[in-house]
Amino acid sequence: MSVTVNVGDVIAEQSFELSRDTLVRYAGASGDFNSIHYRDDVAASVGLPGVLAHGMLTMGIAIQPVVDWIGDSAKVLEYGVRFTRPVVVDPVLGQTITVVAKVGAVDDGVARIDLTVTVNGETVLGKAQARVAVL
Amino acid sequence: MNPELQGRAFAPTAPYLVGREKVREFSRAVFAANPINNDVDAARAAGYRDVVAPPTFAIVLQQFTLDQLVNEPDSGIDMTHIVHGEQRFAYTRPIVAGDELTATLAVTSIKTLGGNAMVTAESAIADSEGKHVVTATSVLVVRGDA
Repeated sequence: MSVTVNVGDVIAEQSFELSRDTLVRYAGASGDFNSIHYRDDVAASVGLPGVLAHGMLTMGIAIQPVVDWIGDSAKVLEYGVRFTRPVVVDPVLGQTITVVAKVGAVDDGVARIDLTVTVNGETVLGKAQARVAVL
Repeated sequence: MNPELQGRAFAPTAPYLVGREKVREFSRAVFAANPINNDVDAARAAGYRDVVAPPTFAIVLQQFTLDQLVNEPDSGIDMTHIVHGEQRFAYTRPIVAGDELTATLAVTSIKTLGGNAMVTAESAIADSEGKHVVTATSVLVVRGDA
């Protein structure tokens, strides 16, 4: 698939609802059983504001709108993020992660997609970028 | 932590066979609803041998190498004092169910700042023919306090 991309284009915008079940599911799927991701008492004992989503869960979710847009994971050449703010997941209310994917640069058939990933209006990932083949 | 870990040679991890149901389980966990991640026929129609793992699945392989690092007898790293600062992946091809993968760790940088250390762990993941699949890079902040 070849796609036309222009710098500044928003290629995807999507929100994801997380619950504690989501965190337990990711723990099982990834093998990351750090208990700050499902036990309030442990999270509190290490000074956290609550049970946190795995950083790798947030990272894993944030690339999905890009994969859906490009249609093939093989076109994702590079993907990187900084974990800048913890994502607290309330036991009752859960949490919403919003992803906006925008074209940051296009060069020689490769687009740099800049991801803005927010929770309650605050960004939780820094320098979240994917390099994607668009030819 | 021990700065001499930088440049140390680590043995490749034991071969990890990527299972079809594991890929489906991981796909569901990261909201990867794309048919090639879940449906064998769709994956084959797209030119793959079997279902395709989502991009961040490589962390499962990298974790084995991070365990190696922490478990070095002289690492000086307390697991409970690690914060994941940054993560990157550079792909040659996607991971597909049926792949038998090994990961080889290299500690490419250790920077100390105050009592903390920032470690860059680069895990090169290869298939059973020794061909490169993906390199996963973690930057870990190891707190030196307590």
